[in-house]
Amino acid sequence: MKSSRTRGAKFSSKAPTGITGFDEICGGGLPRGSTTLLVGGPGSGKTIFALQFATHGAQYCKEPAIFVAFEENSKRIVANAESFGWKIAELGPGKLFFLDAQPMRDLIHSGTFDLGGMLAALEAQIKKMGARRIVFDALDIVLALLPDAAAKRREVYRLHDWLLERELTGLITSKASEEENNSIAQESFGFMQFMVDCAVLLNHTVVQGVSQRNLRVQKYRGTSFDENQSPFVIGSRGMEVAVARTSSRVHVSVTNERVSSGVERLDTMLGGGYYRGASVLITGFPGTAKTTLSGAFAAAACKRGERTMFVSCDSDGAEVVRNLASVGIGLNRYVKNGCLRMVSGRTIIGSAETFLVRVKTLAMEHRARCIVIDPVSTLSSSGNELTAYGVAERLIDWSKALGTTLVCTSLLDEVSSQPASSSQLQISKMADTWIHLNYLVQAGERNRGMSIIKSRGTAHSNQVRELILSDVGVTVTDAYTAGGEVLMGTLRWEKESAERGAKDVAEVAGRVKRVRLDAEEAELEVRLKALQVELEAKQVEKALLVSTTESREGVLSQGRSRMRELRGADTAIPRQK
Amino acid sequence: MTRCAPYRFRLYVAGDAQNSAQALANLKVICREHLRDRHTIEVVDVFREPERALADGIFMTPTLVRLSPHPVRRIVGTLSQSQPVLHALGLGSPSV
Repeated sequence: MKSSRTRGAKFSSKAPTGITGFDEICGGGLPRGSTTLLVGGPGSGKTIFALQFATHGAQYCKEPAIFVAFEENSKRIVANAESFGWKIAELGPGKLFFLDAQPMRDLIHSGTFDLGGMLAALEAQIKKMGARRIVFDALDIVLALLPDAAAKRREVYRLHDWLLERELTGLITSKASEEENNSIAQESFGFMQFMVDCAVLLNHTVVQGVSQRNLRVQKYRGTSFDENQSPFVIGSRGMEVAVARTSSRVHVSVTNERVSSGVERLDTMLGGGYYRGASVLITGFPGTAKTTLSGAFAAAACKRGERTMFVSCDSDGAEVVRNLASVGIGLNRYVKNGCLRMVSGRTIIGSAETFLVRVKTLAMEHRARCIVIDPVSTLSSSGNELTAYGVAERLIDWSKALGTTLVCTSLLDEVSSQPASSSQLQISKMADTWIHLNYLVQAGERNRGMSIIKSRGTAHSNQVRELILSDVGVTVTDAYTAGGEVLMGTLRWEKESAERGAKDVAEVAGRVKRVRLDAEEAELEVRLKALQVELEAKQVEKALLVSTTESREGVLSQGRSRMRELRGADTAIPRQK
Repeated sequence: MTRCAPYRFRLYVAGDAQNSAQALANLKVICREHLRDRHTIEVVDVFREPERALADGIFMTPTLVRLSPHPVRRIVGTLSQSQPVLHALGLGSPSV
């Protein structure tokens, strides 16, 4: 007990498994120095789980491990694990030791026996390599050899006590019977589930032909854990358990940065574009230009130099590139320079969960900042109805956590009478921006209408606009409303031409009036000039008049003086003024 | 029953565990009855020689290995059901 306490102080109480998601579910890993029971049906991934646990310990936790294989030959187990990129061969038997304990086929048993031999052998090996983890894979195989339930029980207790005494982190895997009735396996493992500190159930079901794997932590003494069933997949790097958003992942950095939708006028309608890291949903019937709109987004992202991934589930990636080129969205050069990665969603087969894992892996590989999934409604294809919602939720959580801008398109069922009410996956609830594309049939025409149903945190236009695809790109036109209807197509054109005509008439009238006014102005100016000239003439005349009068008077007075002088008259002549 | 081929047995036991002791006792009885002076018994205690158990692939105790005559046969358990054991060892009286 003393040693266990010091160990507890030295290490954490959890032994990490290295399985993505699983360690999060149970708060760090399996109980250290204690036993875990892993139960699952055939092909449910027990051996992979166990091997990943052992390998991870040996490779990253300085905990050498022993793997006791009761069912499968260790060579085959290692060979199978090579595909996950776990370098088991490099670890060597000093760190990860395999013990092949498959009962020989011709083994004859007579009377009772026990596992003492194996435990003694293991004891020696543990001492030799300082093992801290031990896996008993498919213990049910050896228990099946025991004659009765009492003997099975005794051996399980022996094993459990042995593990506890040595403070080994033990993992025992066992098959669960397909039917949940009282079979032999159920009997011997029923009590085992009570005995161990941690029990994990693996479940592999097929729903409408699609394989669905689930994992559930049934019990975990002394710790809180996620009690729900979590889907998992066996991916390219081992097991991956899907975890729902946990509190540790909530604080996502939120930014005010906008990214272009690829359509200039749509950006304006959204008040600048989508938010960086937002999840955008584009819904619509087939052929409403969902792919085109998402392609425009991808092209804009690549133009900014952002690495982008386009997952196309309906058609092949190359086809999408070709088709989008016809509407002026050139993705080819970005594919060539490696900025854009086209992924054909059809190559991702299996459950929605597999799809998500694959998308995540590819996006990580590509270091994508923008992702387009066209259409995301593929997730809910038959067999995935139950899981698709969870997968979509995790897809959005995941992209948010990374700050990746996600554009998803979603096909609406043509039959559905209320297209705008909900999208199949209920992504519409989670998406930040929801753009709905629709056909509007007016005057014998089918035109594409676009409306922004919601856009969190951004002011956005409330109007239904017409989306026009041409060989130079995607544009959104001005909306004309008449009698409460948005006019589209020819009706819009008619309205536009009518307005253009009216404008022309008004312009001509204005021009005529302007000319007339100009003329009047000119006339007045001329008159003004003439009057001014006349005024000047009068002024000159007046000045002349004054000066002549003065000079005449001067001449007169001078004349009088001169006359007086000439006459020699007396001086008593009154003085002139 | 006139063949003189020697029988070599190796019995892996787990210390003084009850079923191991029982197996040894049962083996001795079989040998006394069927193979008088034509056999050798080697007893390996896996607690004392765990490496040997590991190397020989012995996981359950007690395990009896018939090393000769060939082929090698393994019988797990206390050897208490004499008929199947005798049959497995090729000593069954009904076969003669």
